[in-house]
Amino acid sequence: MRHTLAVLVENKPGVLARVSGLFSRRGYNIESLAVGMTENPEISRMTIVVEGDDRVLAQVTSQLSKLIDVISISDLPPSESVDRGLALLKVAADTDTRAEIMQIASIFRAKIIDIGAETLVIEVTGDKGKIGAIENMLGRFGIKEVVRTGRVALHRGTKTVGGEYR
Amino acid sequence: MRHCPKTVYFISSHYRIVSHQEEETTVTDTPISGAKALINCLKSEGVDTIFGYPGGVLLPLYDELYDSDINHILVRHEQAGAHAADGYARATGKVGVCLATSGPGATNLVTGIANAYMDSVPVVAITGQVPTPMIGNDAFQEADITGITLPITKHNYLVRDVEDLPWIVKEAFYIASTGRPGPVLIDLPKDITTDEFEFIYPGRTYLRGYHPDVGIDEDAVKRAASMILDSECPVIYAGGGVIISDSSSELLKLAETIQAPVTTTLLGIGAFPQSNPLSLRMLGMHGTKYANYAVQESDLLIAIGARFDDRVTGKVDAFAPHAKVIHIDIDPAEIGKNVRVDLPVIGDAKKILQSLNSNLQKMQSRSGAWLGKIDAWKKKHPLSYVQSDEVIKPQYVVQEIHRACPDAIIVTEVGQNQMWAAQYFQFENPRTFITSGGLGTMGYGFPAAIGAKVGCPDRTVIDIAGDGSFQMTSQELATVSKSDIKVIVAILNNSYLGMVRQWQELFFDERYSYTDISQSVDFVKLAEAYNLVGIRAEKPSEVPSAISEALSADRTVVIDFVVDPMENVFPMVPAGAAINEILEQGAVA
Repeated sequence: MRHTLAVLVENKPGVLARVSGLFSRRGYNIESLAVGMTENPEISRMTIVVEGDDRVLAQVTSQLSKLIDVISISDLPPSESVDRGLALLKVAADTDTRAEIMQIASIFRAKIIDIGAETLVIEVTGDKGKIGAIENMLGRFGIKEVVRTGRVALHRGTKTVGGEYR
Repeated sequence: MRHCPKTVYFISSHYRIVSHQEEETTVTDTPISGAKALINCLKSEGVDTIFGYPGGVLLPLYDELYDSDINHILVRHEQAGAHAADGYARATGKVGVCLATSGPGATNLVTGIANAYMDSVPVVAITGQVPTPMIGNDAFQEADITGITLPITKHNYLVRDVEDLPWIVKEAFYIASTGRPGPVLIDLPKDITTDEFEFIYPGRTYLRGYHPDVGIDEDAVKRAASMILDSECPVIYAGGGVIISDSSSELLKLAETIQAPVTTTLLGIGAFPQSNPLSLRMLGMHGTKYANYAVQESDLLIAIGARFDDRVTGKVDAFAPHAKVIHIDIDPAEIGKNVRVDLPVIGDAKKILQSLNSNLQKMQSRSGAWLGKIDAWKKKHPLSYVQSDEVIKPQYVVQEIHRACPDAIIVTEVGQNQMWAAQYFQFENPRTFITSGGLGTMGYGFPAAIGAKVGCPDRTVIDIAGDGSFQMTSQELATVSKSDIKVIVAILNNSYLGMVRQWQELFFDERYSYTDISQSVDFVKLAEAYNLVGIRAEKPSEVPSAISEALSADRTVVIDFVVDPMENVFPMVPAGAAINEILEQGAVA
């Protein structure tokens, strides 16, 4: 089972190494990781997607809690949260195929952010399924390069994480 | 220096802004160097002793130590400094402090830090570092010690600004000594030690990501009490956490109230008096048969400050198969890590046991049958070995040491010597048995004994050693000679790396691959070379006099007990077997 964790950490040097080192030495797999500053510059937020059953999740959470620089950890269940990733795709495109590619991009509400004689760079945001779907659709034109961000996630509605610390 | 109770705001480039109201803080009148500030910080934390070794980047700090009234013990290898700080901490309950220079000095601490981490020992390790502008340039004697020690410290710091130093030291001692204790490392670049600033020492610290005092869940305690009342065959399984939390008397009260037998882990030895009829002594791989049988037949296992290590559980699936498990621990990450737990109770063992005791009445009705069964096992399967008139049995040496000095602090090396010490000495009090449990560090015992003796100068400290382990840190004979520290090193000299040899005998067809270390050193001459006392005992009749001579000597004594080279540690549960599948003396020939 896949879990999305929102982890608030001190915005200090070495914190990412502490967290990623913990995952590797305890043998937990990180599927996706994204880090950025929160509205409070002293605090960063990591969104970590891990694969594992409830027992693994309990271990990950309690081991992470032991890191002094980790302030709070919240599990974001899919039904109660929204998540997004971003991907940039460089697709082969000539005069014959360009129009069709742009049409597909528009259906996915993706943006063309670079255009050249032989390629297009497409920016797409969405959940894992949507990014996978546009990749599939564009595959037959020839995808030259793909780069993805880690996923980020928020609770739906008024709920927030680690409120008292932010 | 003056004390100023007032609100102070600490603001610095790399640190957060925190207000402290009505807190006593210590402030200097004129700017002082980072080195001087560190000494002030250490004294404010009550540090009386440092185990250290100087080096290039530590020159400014050592210059301050020269005039300081902090007792600095010069070790002969930094690993020994870390082990000595660890032994000091285990013997006294205070934070142990070690100090090493950058690069190789710092990396030499690594084994000692890992050892303290595995056994939850409060140690603050301070390392020198190359000057801040040179960090990352592969400068002379540079090593990324905060990176290296990330997985083996509870937390670590690289000091980037001298203004941060007081905060960091305050936090380091707080983190090391609270919650589940552990080592904290402070890496101190040389320029930080010479930079000057207006020194302010905070009265206390606040960390938003660290809250060691979690309180206790009274509902969970009540459920534990009712599970205890419902059980017919309970066993208490006590670990090092009982000693760390100073809850031996609460444990004794619990055991006597509910009339439950108590077994301890290796690190839990001393938490429960072994003379008590409810004592099952140690469980696990080299535990007593009756402890292991009791666990396997129990219907309720009450684990207190123990972590279900593989040397305790053997085959996990077959461990305590009929028992419900109550797990009392301060570290939530230990719950369910290795075994399924029916009722976790998170928090300080002392507070939990106090609350549990107040929830329970003296029970007499219960367990005539259960305790009767255990007594029968004890009578049928006592710890035993075959005594000899010809050759010294190592178990006999341990028994004689106990007879001569039952109040000693016993420190051990790692291997057969450690297991015989655990089995044949009778421990009655906490902090009297000091041993490397989790990491199993050969070479730990002698430097840890030095630390224990420095921390408890009025106690007799005896390192029960093996000839292999002792050679890993025997250079510390120079430390005890020069610093006038008296410990006794009792080497159970079997001319082998004995525990490995035992496994080779039992599981590798008696192929003794690279475990014969006979005729490699004369330990008596070695002691004498350091201006210490060396004694050799070769016959059983010489054992008592060797011990009494060592006890009355005015300096460190090394006793070379030439023991039966083929003696094995029994009982023994082979690795991966259930803990009631036990090998015994004579069962394997």
